[in-house]
Amino acid sequence: MKDMAPIGYDEKTQRLIHDMVAAEARHISGREVENPECDCKDGMFPARAPTRRVFLFAAGSSSAAAALLGGRALAEEAPPGAKHFDVPLDPTRQQGRPVAADGYGTRSQFETEVRVRFPTPNENTSWSFTPLDKMQGNLTASGLHFERHHGGTPTIDPARHMLFVHGMVNTPKKFSIVDLKRFPFVTRRHFIECSGNGLTEWNKPTLKTVQGTHGLLSTSEWTGVPFATIAREVGLMDGASWVLAEGSDAAVMTRSIPMEKMLKDALLVYGQNGESIRPEQGYPLRLLLPGFEGNTHIKWLRRLQVSDKPFMTREETSKYTDLMANGKARQFTLEMEAKSVITFPSGEMKLPGPGFYNINGLAWSGRGRVQSVDVSVDAGKTWYPARIDGLPEPICTVRFNFPWMWDGTPAVLQSRCTDETGYIQPTLKQLIAIRGDNGPFGSIYHLNAIQSWAVAADGSVTNVHA
Amino acid sequence: MFTRSAAILAISLAGLSVPATAYAQIHYGFGTAATSEDLAKFFSIPPNGSGLPPGSGTAAEGAKVYAESCAVCHGDKLEGNPAKGIGGDKLIGGRGTLATKTPIKTVESYWPYATTLFDYIKRTMPFSAPGSLSDVQVYSVVAYILSQANIIKPTETISATTLPKIEMPNHNGFEPDPRPELDLYK
Repeated sequence: MKDMAPIGYDEKTQRLIHDMVAAEARHISGREVENPECDCKDGMFPARAPTRRVFLFAAGSSSAAAALLGGRALAEEAPPGAKHFDVPLDPTRQQGRPVAADGYGTRSQFETEVRVRFPTPNENTSWSFTPLDKMQGNLTASGLHFERHHGGTPTIDPARHMLFVHGMVNTPKKFSIVDLKRFPFVTRRHFIECSGNGLTEWNKPTLKTVQGTHGLLSTSEWTGVPFATIAREVGLMDGASWVLAEGSDAAVMTRSIPMEKMLKDALLVYGQNGESIRPEQGYPLRLLLPGFEGNTHIKWLRRLQVSDKPFMTREETSKYTDLMANGKARQFTLEMEAKSVITFPSGEMKLPGPGFYNINGLAWSGRGRVQSVDVSVDAGKTWYPARIDGLPEPICTVRFNFPWMWDGTPAVLQSRCTDETGYIQPTLKQLIAIRGDNGPFGSIYHLNAIQSWAVAADGSVTNVHA
Repeated sequence: MFTRSAAILAISLAGLSVPATAYAQIHYGFGTAATSEDLAKFFSIPPNGSGLPPGSGTAAEGAKVYAESCAVCHGDKLEGNPAKGIGGDKLIGGRGTLATKTPIKTVESYWPYATTLFDYIKRTMPFSAPGSLSDVQVYSVVAYILSQANIIKPTETISATTLPKIEMPNHNGFEPDPRPELDLYK
């Protein structure tokens, strides 16, 4: 413990980081078991090559004895969100499963990506990481969206859930979910990022995978009512300048949000990726504040209290504040600044040899659209423009691609995001120079520095500071 | 030619004007009035103490509440408990550490407002039975924690009148967000 305690984290954070390193190691060793015959590490060829287990399934389907022997155990092996089915030797020689045999689909039994929980001592107040190294495209699968709860995930019957809007308003009102769905709605794609994303990485490269270093980031298509619509419905009083948002979980989570933001683009969302929002994301209603730190996007939203001052809740005073070198803490550090990360290749992968690799990753900014993304393969000495996949949308991730012919010599891969305000993603050194003069790291939140992945001559990829 | 274009434009505008008029509706009338009864169960206590309930408490009473409801997670001496399944924060100590390389953030060293402590305990503590403490119990345990932190005297009574007047050691410890950081534009 002592040897790894970095300077400047408080005691509790030091313990958490220590435990997370151990948890990630367990997760990685679990992945390696999945794919024992591939000498590359998991991630380079994710489970698409035939493995021994697939052949076992196939053999089982042709033999009653083998099916009896292995059936139960194999069924239990279906990953979360999947069901086990026997694999025929030739799927063209027999009928498949009936149409709509399962009214709500499942993912393939061969897809194993899961969120990993940060091993806080208490499972109800904890967070889990999206497996960014396994994600495809730009949106995050709803079931893999990162989580951060302070009192577990509540079970809420939407028929009994109400949103109260009161305080400095002319007509305090309550809205059922049915009421809210009658208003004109908007559908927008936005990322949510926890301001603690990367908090283990200030002092030294600590976690090995991009899931650990950047996995408190997810992107969804959200559907809901603008707060502005509801504001007119209740009528704002003169002087109304803050709104307290309160959740209906055991933490009764509260944050004060500036009215300027609430009237600019805040949404009361009930839809996520084409269906109702997931329970872990706030079912039946969450506040969405595009570009603000994740904690402010109050889940299980039950109340909005309009005020002329912030309430100084526990989360906005003692927790989500940034303690600087001089002992003063920055408060209401709400915007998530421009950031990017290469997700392929990334930590714990292994490139099988020299040749072509499609470097790709995600870039985002809480202040607007991504303007451009640059990639470096020499630790930031030279930069080249990456190709952005699709049209950047405001406060949404973009997937970027960069064609790379690897010559087999050691390389350090980096990406750098510039957003539409002209802000350029800083280096870790730049951030530390500003926030960490106390040797460093009183401030653990809002780490948006450039990430470095080292590719060794043998193709192995590791998290480094460069 | 000009006339014809103008006519087409006029027709287009006329065509648009129907939905445009419909969209001018800005009050939909959905939802129902929230009554004072509806709102009575809610609270959120800002630093000026508005909304603090009647009642009061002392550290002596709070010591009993703490021993019964809090100590299992936060430790007999308010030192916190990192054990698996618990993970309660350390509540006192740490003054003078915020500008050092090992900052210790506690109610005593870091929290800027005593009202936040009342709000948070009433809101969500104890962890195993959130919101189960009476207002008098909350006042009492707030008094106990503040007294153990040497912020109030052990004999002081905490109530809606006295709580907002307490000056926490770090009440001047916060500043607004200066980002984007100007050093990144040099």
